[in-house]
Amino acid sequence: MTPQEICQRLTDAGLQVTFQETPPEPCLEITSESLQEAAQLLKSNADLAFDSLLCLSALERPEFLETVYHLFSFKHRHHITLKVRCPKDDAVIPTVSEIWPTANWHEREAYDLIGIRYDGHPDLRRILLSEDWEGHPLRKDYQPPAFYHGIPLTTQLLTPGDEGN
Amino acid sequence: MKETKELNIPLGPDPEKLLKLDLSHNPFGERMTLQMGPQHPATHGVLRLELQTDGEIVTQITPYIGYLHRCFEKIAESVSYPQVIPYVDRMDYLSSMNMSLGYALNVEKLMGIQVNERIQTIRVLVCEMNRIASHCVAIATYGLDIGAWTPLLFLFQEREHILDLFEELCGGRLLFNYIRIGGLSHDIPPGWTDKVLQFCDYMIPKIPELNELLSFNKIFIERTANVGVMSSKLAIAYGITGPNLRATGVDYDMRRDEPYSGYQNYQFKPAIGRGEQGQPGDCWDRYIVRVREIEESLKIMKQAIARLPEGDVKEQMPKNFNKMPIGDSFVRTEAPRGELGIYLVSDGTKKPYRVKARSGAYCSISALPAFATGCLIADLVAIVASIDIVLGEVDR
Repeated sequence: MTPQEICQRLTDAGLQVTFQETPPEPCLEITSESLQEAAQLLKSNADLAFDSLLCLSALERPEFLETVYHLFSFKHRHHITLKVRCPKDDAVIPTVSEIWPTANWHEREAYDLIGIRYDGHPDLRRILLSEDWEGHPLRKDYQPPAFYHGIPLTTQLLTPGDEGN
Repeated sequence: MKETKELNIPLGPDPEKLLKLDLSHNPFGERMTLQMGPQHPATHGVLRLELQTDGEIVTQITPYIGYLHRCFEKIAESVSYPQVIPYVDRMDYLSSMNMSLGYALNVEKLMGIQVNERIQTIRVLVCEMNRIASHCVAIATYGLDIGAWTPLLFLFQEREHILDLFEELCGGRLLFNYIRIGGLSHDIPPGWTDKVLQFCDYMIPKIPELNELLSFNKIFIERTANVGVMSSKLAIAYGITGPNLRATGVDYDMRRDEPYSGYQNYQFKPAIGRGEQGQPGDCWDRYIVRVREIEESLKIMKQAIARLPEGDVKEQMPKNFNKMPIGDSFVRTEAPRGELGIYLVSDGTKKPYRVKARSGAYCSISALPAFATGCLIADLVAIVASIDIVLGEVDR
């Protein structure tokens, strides 16, 4: 199925989905309220049958936070990309870890590094950083702490020259 | 391949008996919490597993990762597009070529570069060589974890030949920085392909030797067959890919089903686990899939050298990254430890806006509590080694 047809299926089911023609691949933008229902439909519908969540990535855009879901169906061999936005001051998106268990650790990672809280996640703890770490390092305004348990940390990240190649 | 039919009997613990165990009234011994790692030789790096045990039975597994976190995604946001390649190499340091290929293909997709046939063919050749080197380590350390010392020496010797060839190609033995965006750092040296062909002819008879030494060894089969059985449904649900997925019987290989870098031009057959010594998806299947993938990789290498076209490996390399197209792309490639998916977001500047790497080993280790709970402590060593994790790729 093409992304347009998948988008049509979701809008027919009464979900708030918009089709975005973003190069190089199109994607579907979904509101966080209809995410879980859409995920359930995408997985259980026999024509869609998205049984695999390939990747869950979170990122910070200038005005909002975003989670990107890359889905794949082993049965029909088709792909779709979903994007869900949430505001920076209320960074909550419903979890899909019940639907695709891959999301369990990926949502923990997104919470750890970006700071999006996934509502309904069974075990939302930090995963890559230690539990008492402060802040979410992949936020653009993140300032690394000067000390961690008395260990001095370099505050300067790598700043290479301007030339490419 | 030499097959040993008379050993095809069910061995190892009976999974039905394990399911029937009543763990509530403590029939086997005392309950305790056991820390496996982070400095445990069988965890292949710095992985910590917190085990709840009941006698010899593991009743709960909680993995803790992050000991090797090197902030790859944060660093990638602060360097320019070509400068990310050395960092990508260090993710899965046993298969650096496959890592840099995934990243290079992604940036090329974003920029709309279609590299020429010579670059594609050399990339396939070096990636398959690195896959063999990586599987050699996986198989060798698997034997070591089970208690067999000789396969380690045997396979590290073969891997050494590949590393020598890589050293002649690009100067590096472990981390190469060879595959660049839109090309390669330099062309192959004269006479190098003959040496690679010599290596192929040398390596092909080594596989039956390995099968005699380890694959069909009765002790090895008893330790691995019917142990850590992963169903294909569980593997797909947890996003497990690559050899671990194929060992469960799912016939899916990115190189054949969604070819990239010209893989559609090669004849090969992905190895599938069929439960020859036990059930599909057990540790022995995961092991034998890797052995058979070495054979397939050797076939691909020979075909790549036979069809190596002429061309310039540097002419398509972009000189300027100041005008990157705005957008995001997700590219998957078949790395030795499962699919490497890289999600790249560009905001038009010369530095990536966001790089997210989805590694095969990360998903494999996340599924460990789901399919290994209820095994014996000694079997857990066999299971952790059989899913072939590299913590550099898990923690990034």
